[in-house]
Amino acid sequence: MTWFTADRLRLLVPALSLAVLLAAVFWVQPRAMSYTGLNLLFNLAVPIALATIAQMLIMTVNDLDLSMGTFVSFVACVTATFLQSNPVVGVLILVGCVGVYVVLGMVIYLRNLPSIVVTLGMSFVWGGLAVLLLPAPGGVAPDWIRAVMVSKPPLVPMAIIASVLIAAVAHWIVIRSAFGVVIRGVGGNERSVTRAGWSVLRARAAAYALAAVFAVLAGMCLVGLTTSADANIALRYTLLSIAGVILGGGEFVGGRVSPIGAVIGALTLTLAASFLSFLKISPDWQIGAQGAILIIVLALRLVLNRREGGAGK
Amino acid sequence: MTFQKDNPVLTVDGASKSFGAVRALNGLSFVLAAGECVGLVGHNGAGKSTLVGIMNGGTRPDTGTIRIEGNEGTGRYSVAVARKHGVRCVFQELSLCPNLTVTENARIAHASIRGFAWRRRAERVVRSKLDEIFPDHGIDCGQSVGMLGIAQRQMVEIAMAFSESDGPARIVILDEPTSSLDASIARQMLAYIRKFVAAGGSVVLISHILNEILTTADRIVVMKDGSVVANGPSSGFTLDSLVGAMGSVVRPRDAAAPPRDRTDTKPILSRRGSDSAPEFRAYAGEIVGLAGLGGHGQTETLVELFRGFGGDWKARTNIRAAFVAGDRHVDGNLPMWSILRNISITLLTDLTRAGIVRERNERAIAQSWRERIGIRTDSLDNPILSLSGGNQQKVLFSRALATRAPIVLMDDPMRGVDIGTKQEVYSLLRAEADQGRTFVWYSTEIDEICQCDRVYVFREGRIVEELAGDDIREDRVLAASFSTEAA
Repeated sequence: MTWFTADRLRLLVPALSLAVLLAAVFWVQPRAMSYTGLNLLFNLAVPIALATIAQMLIMTVNDLDLSMGTFVSFVACVTATFLQSNPVVGVLILVGCVGVYVVLGMVIYLRNLPSIVVTLGMSFVWGGLAVLLLPAPGGVAPDWIRAVMVSKPPLVPMAIIASVLIAAVAHWIVIRSAFGVVIRGVGGNERSVTRAGWSVLRARAAAYALAAVFAVLAGMCLVGLTTSADANIALRYTLLSIAGVILGGGEFVGGRVSPIGAVIGALTLTLAASFLSFLKISPDWQIGAQGAILIIVLALRLVLNRREGGAGK
Repeated sequence: MTFQKDNPVLTVDGASKSFGAVRALNGLSFVLAAGECVGLVGHNGAGKSTLVGIMNGGTRPDTGTIRIEGNEGTGRYSVAVARKHGVRCVFQELSLCPNLTVTENARIAHASIRGFAWRRRAERVVRSKLDEIFPDHGIDCGQSVGMLGIAQRQMVEIAMAFSESDGPARIVILDEPTSSLDASIARQMLAYIRKFVAAGGSVVLISHILNEILTTADRIVVMKDGSVVANGPSSGFTLDSLVGAMGSVVRPRDAAAPPRDRTDTKPILSRRGSDSAPEFRAYAGEIVGLAGLGGHGQTETLVELFRGFGGDWKARTNIRAAFVAGDRHVDGNLPMWSILRNISITLLTDLTRAGIVRERNERAIAQSWRERIGIRTDSLDNPILSLSGGNQQKVLFSRALATRAPIVLMDDPMRGVDIGTKQEVYSLLRAEADQGRTFVWYSTEIDEICQCDRVYVFREGRIVEELAGDDIREDRVLAASFSTEAA
């Protein structure tokens, strides 16, 4: 019984659904079962996984970031322009972005504002800035990012290594480290954290800062894969990242999140799209079919969560 | 009656605190000495929770001072100062993070546990204390608190309060710590309190089980209406004298109507009690009170009664019961709406023709209730939050009374309302009851309970006593609210 904790139960469903989906893909398209095949299947999942971790950090403190997609797009534009031509300015801009997130996190807490309203507003700001930077698709990825993203390590493809690395780092920060406990505590019961003498403001600011760092990495990875950027390059990421967190066993409120699950969720979402293409389902229906997969997985989770809820009473 | 040891660790001197119109503490003084366990008893609204809040630094008194040994003249008293000097609290409601494991909660509680291998150290801190207080507790510290049963959570809270990391716990305040523990585990905890006190610690124990207080505390402080009314060694109290001390001078009941004989009429509302508990009944034209200490199942009973009438998808035109919410900020007000809309929300089905609300009728009804119940505002179109608390509560009353529902359920609706408003509402309720309406009224105030025709006293989730007529007296309610059975 000791092994069968709530956190592990939470991971079971996403891991199983990824395995089932992967088996289905291999069955439909056996050639995917190779180094190149796996890399192709998953390399677009890397920036999505990073964005999902970013969203998860925001959700840990019971907020939601609706500007994730436009923010990642903006970062991609900065990466393909300033970071390439003038690295110092580029780095300064990206550091400034993290600063903006810190301020957002503090303002949302201090003024008791709904995070979805603030971040929805910010999504227009980021979107506008991205269009100012790159009115038309263009820019060039810095060589070093490109080199990292297309590198071919022996045995295991880059996409898999990156995913495992992201999951491990995020797991260590959010679940294992003492700092992560405080952030999750804020999501679980803010009052008890305050009573124990912690600064909720600082914890929230830190969660937002960390989220911004992951989102910045997402934008940089994305440009590394696509080689150029576009102001609308990552608009889908807002909903993908939220779906990834939920798919991976996270919850909207209560500080119940799972970084490993979030990465698995991001992989599952990417894989679901490929699977539907392999089945030759027309792109018009793919979004709907993706939604159906999401609903099935969530229904499974609900059944398992009922058990946890029952034990708590 | 004074009885104090010489070495005070915590002194509250002349503390007063008001919440709006309610005076929660009235120049209260309280001294806690090292090596003693003080039992704190009092009925609802006596000010126990406020005193606890002041001692742990969460509430700042309006007047008066608080001193803790070792903090002379070093700034204002606060949660941080209290914690630094070893003040720990176990609250009635859960104060752990349900999404974190027991170990992780220990980390939240003790900021000093950090750095390499913090997990192992945090677990040792909480596990050793759990083992010490509750041998054979069977709690897995790697389990998240949300997965634990309610009794296990309570045990973790208690162990956490007594656990030590950078500094030892010196003053532990326990607010109803045994409410969800069974008798043998409660005994383990009380035994540990004695051990803790013998080692020089101080404990403030609040419990509705008077026997626990009498057997565990060295000294008992009885509170009423924000003041200390009795203070002495527990050997000087008996169950009866303790209940007596909590009451005030017995006032004659001012209810005019003599209790009617109901044996041949059919109750309009009834609910079978579990095993030996009395059956709940309410007759037409009656005001039935639900008494007892707060949180002992009264609100749940009201909600259950209300659910018994509803649950349909379709709004009914003939609703049988209306509900007056207690916590108006949480489940009463529609804060963005006008006073008018806040009143008419329950009437919409009556006011609607072909799906359109007839605004003239809506306004006429709201206007008539504004005059009847005396809502003080220039215009019904003002937002509800422009009203004072008492007037907001009146709006919620009119919302319920304006319906044709023969039954009105009230969940302690007068909390924090000024006395003038209360008197107005009392007479209105009596007038409505005389016309045949039935009221089920949960109240934490004895004065209101005394307005009722019949009263059920709740303890630990069930009815323990039914009082009617001249039996509705403070001492009877108190005796039933507190468990006075011999252990």
